[in-house]
Amino acid sequence: MTSLAQAGMVLAQQPAEDVVTTGEAVAFWILGPLAVAGALGTVFMRNAVHSALWLVVTMLTLGVFFLIQNAAFLGFTQIIVYTGAVMMLFLFVLMMAGKDSSDALVEVLRGQRLAAAVFGVGFAGLLSLALARSLTDVTAAPPLDPTTPEGGGAGGLGRLIFSDYLFPFELTAVLLIIAGLAGIVLAQRDRRDEGAKRSQREQVEARFRDGSERPTGRPGPGVFATGNSVATPALLPDGSVAEESLSELIESTPTARRVSPPGQLRTLELGEHTEHSEPDDSGDHDAGGDSEGGKA
Amino acid sequence: MTPEYYLLLSALLFSIGAVGVLVRRNAIVVFMCIELMLNSVNLSLITFARIDGSLDGQVMAFFVMVVAAAEVVVGLAIITSIFRARRSASIDDTNLLKY
Repeated sequence: MTSLAQAGMVLAQQPAEDVVTTGEAVAFWILGPLAVAGALGTVFMRNAVHSALWLVVTMLTLGVFFLIQNAAFLGFTQIIVYTGAVMMLFLFVLMMAGKDSSDALVEVLRGQRLAAAVFGVGFAGLLSLALARSLTDVTAAPPLDPTTPEGGGAGGLGRLIFSDYLFPFELTAVLLIIAGLAGIVLAQRDRRDEGAKRSQREQVEARFRDGSERPTGRPGPGVFATGNSVATPALLPDGSVAEESLSELIESTPTARRVSPPGQLRTLELGEHTEHSEPDDSGDHDAGGDSEGGKA
Repeated sequence: MTPEYYLLLSALLFSIGAVGVLVRRNAIVVFMCIELMLNSVNLSLITFARIDGSLDGQVMAFFVMVVAAAEVVVGLAIITSIFRARRSASIDDTNLLKY
């Protein structure tokens, strides 16, 4: 301990410029522009998924900055929580809700973008000026020793959290529980909605009532001597392809298949049939029950 | 170079995030810009802790992270429920409370 204290004294006597080592300066000047580029990409990318990926860049560089500044625990937390969990949550929601994620180009308020740009430049200038003026004569403290538990590792942080900051820490537990509950409640699909799952009786009644020509299920794929895959179309009694048995998801086997119904030889061009399938054929299959089911 | 540069970078990132909140129309992107602002504040808190030579700033950054995680969960749930009701994630479309 005495040697550590002596080392601390020696460090404290060094001038403030030596607080930042050369390696840290190099890392800062490489990663700093990267962070700014990531932030700019987040704001200006038209596609929301690209925005999210640029934000991941910024968050990763910020995590490295935390690591550099002796905040090892927070650095790893940043990488795990933000880029690992939060951004993946964002991407999931984007896949679910933001398919039309490109922004509208219409300016709703006239001159809003210009005003926002002026505001941003002015705000950054004000903050930078205030920081530069107020911190000119401040000498940074000697760096904490990262090898000790008090130096920014999880140990010192944990000691503080469970002593001085115990009550706020307990409050965060409450906050997290409430947030989890709120997420479940808000994201839950309401069962009384129109899009709720229909019961079997409602399904049958809807199927007969809306005048569709086929109240039964759709025909399955065909089973021939040459193949029984899902891509094989079923044949009607006259030897033609049953359009409803073709899947919209799978491209039907493109090879011309020679089938011999009684009396004659016919060649079926399966590719043509898939192209000529009517658009109103593409209703959902009977087990659907989504909100589109009522419209089809 | 002094640790002050981290603060300047943090101010720059915060301003970019604020401009993004003002400019973008997609609710999810607006939310991402808010996350960017929270993160830049975290950077400044950790830099202040380093200048101060104590760990209190790091504890505050830790709490900011916790609150941000909770906020993301609730905010994204709200966005999904609005999207489910209105089929749109644009913040211009939710104007029922406007007048």
